[in-house]
Amino acid sequence: MTVGAATAVLARAGRWRWPEVVFWVAAGASWFVLPEQHLLLNEICILGLFTLSLDLVLGFAGIISLGHAAFFGCGAYIAGMLARAGYGDPVLGLVAGGVGAGVLGFATAFLVLRGSDLTRLMVTLSVSLVLFELANRLTFLTGGADGLQGMAVGAVLGRFEFDIFGAVAHAYSLVVLFVLFVAIRWIMASPFGVSVRAVKGNRLRAAAIGIPVNARLVGIYALAALYAGVAGALLAQTTQFVSLDVLAFHRSAEVMLTLVIGGTGMLYGGLVGAILFKVAQDTLSNLTPEYWQFWLGLIFVALVVVGRERVFGWPAALWARVRGR
Amino acid sequence: MLTILFDGIAYGMILFVLAVGLSVTLGVMNVINLAHGTFAMVGGYAGVVLVNRWGVPFLAALPLVALVAAAVGLLLERTLYVHVYAKSHLDQVLFTIGLVFVSVSVVSWAAGSQVVFIQLPEFLRTRFTVFGASIGAYRLLIIVICGVLALVLQGVLARTRFGARLRAAVDDPVVARGMGIDVARLFMVMFAVGSGLAGLGGALGAEILGLDPSFPLKFMVYLLIVLTVGGGSSITGPFCAALLLGIADVAGKYYLPSVGAFVIYSVMLAVLLVRPQGLFAPR
Repeated sequence: MTVGAATAVLARAGRWRWPEVVFWVAAGASWFVLPEQHLLLNEICILGLFTLSLDLVLGFAGIISLGHAAFFGCGAYIAGMLARAGYGDPVLGLVAGGVGAGVLGFATAFLVLRGSDLTRLMVTLSVSLVLFELANRLTFLTGGADGLQGMAVGAVLGRFEFDIFGAVAHAYSLVVLFVLFVAIRWIMASPFGVSVRAVKGNRLRAAAIGIPVNARLVGIYALAALYAGVAGALLAQTTQFVSLDVLAFHRSAEVMLTLVIGGTGMLYGGLVGAILFKVAQDTLSNLTPEYWQFWLGLIFVALVVVGRERVFGWPAALWARVRGR
Repeated sequence: MLTILFDGIAYGMILFVLAVGLSVTLGVMNVINLAHGTFAMVGGYAGVVLVNRWGVPFLAALPLVALVAAAVGLLLERTLYVHVYAKSHLDQVLFTIGLVFVSVSVVSWAAGSQVVFIQLPEFLRTRFTVFGASIGAYRLLIIVICGVLALVLQGVLARTRFGARLRAAVDDPVVARGMGIDVARLFMVMFAVGSGLAGLGGALGAEILGLDPSFPLKFMVYLLIVLTVGGGSSITGPFCAALLLGIADVAGKYYLPSVGAFVIYSVMLAVLLVRPQGLFAPR
């Protein structure tokens, strides 16, 4: 296959399909149709972005991470501290949070390159624990257990002030999510993205055909960290508050469940999972506010015992059909 | 100084008893089990019910507690865990996190979310001084019981037929099965024993560790540290790792209270980087 033919194949694989257009039109329409749900939809957008970031690590690079909240929290704290220090411009906060988390991701990516699944799990977990302890102890920076208070977030682009109904927050998060999604969709359809998939498929063979395996893994891990950082910064800015909760273990576990519900390795899985997860959480915690975790755990157990392939076989088949056109 | 060392050893011994069952599921069966702390919590709460409510003497309650936890372990192994042995690590992680969440909610629903204590008998509350170190009878009991358990385990593993079979199954399950060893049954027994030991540790250590519904989450990390630092293929590795961790944690909390758990996590990260297979594991 010549280079030209290969480029053509990649271009064809990267073309937009009508269900995707429908999805994004529906997402945009939600702002107008469901004005009383702005707060929930804002959370869905943020969780969607965060899950998308985990999908890059888990679904595309095959790294099981139990500490992805580290990057989310890192972004949230950076954006929060900037806003408290008087640099309240939201876009500045997003960029700083994303870049900060990305740098952290780049630094820790070298730790997850070696060892077994268990080692990687422990490394990711302990990175997030170390960050949690840091945030807990460095009270003068982070506010410790009381949370980061006194954030003054400015208007988006200097024009749109955040309101209590979450209308601006929702629109802001949705736009950021869309922009970053388009970017990652483009990246994953590029030679870089395809080679990352090849690495997950078979490390040894990928190395044999000349793909720099470690460089690809470090790259995708740092990129995922950047996305998670932006998601964290979004949460900090739209809620105007950061607490230790952004780094907590259950956040890492929840984002994993969200991704698994939606399906790994498809980019859209994270977004669909976020919708299902947040709606389920909203409904269940209205029914039994205290025992939401019970249902969450039960879903985990049931999913695995029944078999993920069986439960989620049909949407994957549907997606394959859509892609195969 | 000696007191801290002594308390640290007691703490480490407890951690060892809690974690030793995990080294079977993880090191031997290659199943990532994040829910092992659940069995310790089961044991702890069984101890609370037996001792505080039914008035069973503390020492008599300990074996009962181990039986209860072993029974729960056996039940879960037969009904749920068997389904995930052959699944991917991701599935195992999801499944066991799910179990932890469910157990945490069930216990906080049944027993409330406050910290509970097992009433210790009077003779365990005394302290005496040896070589200038203040030694609590309770911690001495912990060290004796856990030490004996460790020796028994090591003896069983090294000297009995059962131990030989288990070691064979560890080294190569496929060949062991070919030699007529019922590996699945062996694992089942070890799972139950491990759960029972965790339950015993939970009840015995409730006073030191603090027992509340978030126990499995809190100690998941510590148990995994023991395993990853100690390596999963022997008894001695986790034993040394548990002692080290116990002493380091107690000393750290005493001398550097402001730094807290930070040191432990950083040290573990460093160990994982230098020797991903564990500090005490054979190469």
